[in-house]
Amino acid sequence: MKCHPCIPVVAAAALFCAVSAGLPAAAHAQEGDKPYTVEGGKVDQGTYNGFRRYHSICHTCHGPDGLGGSFAPNLAESLKVLKFEEFIGIVAGGRQNVSASSESVMPAFAHDPNVMDHIQDIYAYLKARSDGVLGRGRPERLAQK
Amino acid sequence: MTGKLKASLLAGVVGMAMVVTSGQATANDELKKLQTDPNQWVMPLGNYSGHRYSPLDQINKDNVKNLKVAWTFSTGVLRGHEGGPLVIGDVMYFSTPFPNIVYALDLNDNGRIIWKYEPKQDPNVIPVMCCDTVNRGVAYGDGMIFLSQADTTLVALDAKTGKKVWSVVNGDPGKGETLTAAPLVIKDKVYVGTSGGEFGVRGHLTAYNIKTGERVWRGYSMGPDSDILMDPEKTTHLGQPVGKDSGTNTWEGDQWKIGGGTTWGWFTYDPDLNLIYYGTGNPSTWNPVQRPGDNRWSMTIFARDADTGMAKWVYQMTPHDEWDYDGVNEMILADIDVKGKATKALVHFDRNGFAYTMDRTNGALLVAEKYDPVVNWATHVDMQTGRPQVVAQYSTSQNGEDVNTKGICPAALGTKDQQPASFSPKSGLFYVPTNHVCMDYEPFQVSYVAGQPYVGATLSMYPPEGADHLGNFIAWDASAGKIVWSNPEPFSVWSGALATAGDVVFYGTLEGYLKAVDAATGKELYRFKTPSGIIGNVNTYTHKGKQYIAVLSGLGGWAGIGMAAGLTEDTAGLGAVGAYKQLANYTQLGGVLTVFTVD
Ligand code: HEC
Repeated sequence: MKCHPCIPVVAAAALFCAVSAGLPAAAHAQEGDKPYTVEGGKVDQGTYNGFRRYHSICHTCHGPDGLGGSFAPNLAESLKVLKFEEFIGIVAGGRQNVSASSESVMPAFAHDPNVMDHIQDIYAYLKARSDGVLGRGRPERLAQK
Repeated sequence: MTGKLKASLLAGVVGMAMVVTSGQATANDELKKLQTDPNQWVMPLGNYSGHRYSPLDQINKDNVKNLKVAWTFSTGVLRGHEGGPLVIGDVMYFSTPFPNIVYALDLNDNGRIIWKYEPKQDPNVIPVMCCDTVNRGVAYGDGMIFLSQADTTLVALDAKTGKKVWSVVNGDPGKGETLTAAPLVIKDKVYVGTSGGEFGVRGHLTAYNIKTGERVWRGYSMGPDSDILMDPEKTTHLGQPVGKDSGTNTWEGDQWKIGGGTTWGWFTYDPDLNLIYYGTGNPSTWNPVQRPGDNRWSMTIFARDADTGMAKWVYQMTPHDEWDYDGVNEMILADIDVKGKATKALVHFDRNGFAYTMDRTNGALLVAEKYDPVVNWATHVDMQTGRPQVVAQYSTSQNGEDVNTKGICPAALGTKDQQPASFSPKSGLFYVPTNHVCMDYEPFQVSYVAGQPYVGATLSMYPPEGADHLGNFIAWDASAGKIVWSNPEPFSVWSGALATAGDVVFYGTLEGYLKAVDAATGKELYRFKTPSGIIGNVNTYTHKGKQYIAVLSGLGGWAGIGMAAGLTEDTAGLGAVGAYKQLANYTQLGGVLTVFTVD
């Protein structure tokens, strides 16, 4: 699969269309409360892709399997409260909490297609972890329908 | 002088002749002498050769069991504390992780703070540091302390007062360029590398004038010969001239411009040969399919003329990297017998799991052997071509994009990362802190965006099949290429070792122990649990005639990030059930210096 051309994204609100425009619908995790499919420990393509993307970019701070590291919060926990809109807003815009005792910086990924083109998939993966339906480690892929 | 200057390369080097004469005498002679004084610890690796060895023997294998804490000091910073303190006269100096505070502590007064320097840095540099906001220490030279800030600023501080003498900006954090490596001072110059291999940074080594901070030369890891400071005829690779354009024609198109090969490890120096030695990191991205070719000179040992920067010889250990086996680990310069012949050797324990013994005068490859038997990605190194013989099953490039290659040993952390080994001229052995971890690796397409992660692979790490531990501390014979003894450790050993004439070797562990073992047998003689996991390097010195051991605790670094939450359980279940209790159950973050002695 070749990478999609970089779609400039300015506001988080514009993302939904930008992202869906760039990707074939079938490759996506589904939207809604359960944006993933997990059957017998196997996951759909989108959720699998989310696992991969998460573990190439986010895991250095948020730890393996979304469990949190010494650097950044446990996202499996965060997604119990964060809505998709809030999630995407933080990922696109970043967040800082810097003081004498804290130097917590979440980078802004709005201009990074390696994140933004796959943000629904990353969300789906983390949501599956958060809902407790997906264990740790690399999931198996469901056969493509 | 060994290297020959090329007139063309000299053009643009401003006022070099003048500079050389003005600063040379002091710093040159001072440091060359100081590094042989066991009472002080004047550079991070102990001496120019990178031995991390001390002739002191007040603390020895008979009395080390009586070691006790003399005093401690909180650094006030939570992140991973790599590196370690310097001791110059009666003052101890060290730096912390971001925000990169430098402390000067008074040894005459139980570590009272003489001065403290805290730079103001844009916090946006934090997220572009791939694996924690570490800093591997300061350098001393000519009455100044040199600090590499995370934001790439190199600062010279007055060692007495902490006042800034000059500063210079070495790179652009907006493009992912950062600094973590300790600088090195040689003669009238101070040398710094660069970090950012996960952001498509093009690595280089840069020399600055010690008095003014003016840039004297910069040698890139890849690109045109004039950028690398490489002579196609005279610079050699295993005895052969490298030929024209080796740093561009082993890349597709313009990829060398974002080629990686960063220089975030250690630098060593041979004053007689006037050569500076170091290794370069992974080629960017981690997806090998996207960057065909050998990707020279990433993953390479460089020997450069310290004055001019001209590369005398190079050796690429891992052509076309497919596993993130950065070649940045320290180059230990040891005069030892290799296969019965007295040799000016360079010994290097690479991330890729091979330990290399080379002739440091000419870059000839003498020994290349695995220093952990589980290493499986290559069968051996071809001694003629120097190329590792890659096993197809473990080739992430041959298996291709979107395929998860399983069971590769070592993991990307390497059989050893930057944590420096020690060489004892007394025992003739090398003491090496190692990782014992394997991985699955799946590469996929990524796009380059300046300042954004440029990784393109996902990894899972776990212990080798059937193993119940993640690290070993080993003694190595660099002539035979054989392990002499090996102590299993529950976690990776991410702390720099220290050997002494007291026949003891010291190192720290991720759970926070400072350990002392018998140099001949590896038998544990002492352990003490410090407040946090140790990823710092142990040193020793005397004060008022008494020997001390000092080490920084402060869990973090790649080890801390990757392991604090526990390893993935993919194959951990295959024979190591329950062996991996989370590191978080043993220790927490927190920077503390602990100083030990015996009465
Ligand atoms: C360089 C480190 C770093 C990287 C890489 C990183 N994050 Fe973060 N992230 C943080 C930090 C630190 C915070 C907490 C910020 C704060 O304290 O406000 C955070 C917070 C968040 C939050 C909010 C959590 C909450 O409970 O409020 C989300 C969601 C998040 N990150 C998602 C991601 C995703 C998705 C990725 C990968 C695309 C990612 N992060 C990559 C450091 C990072």
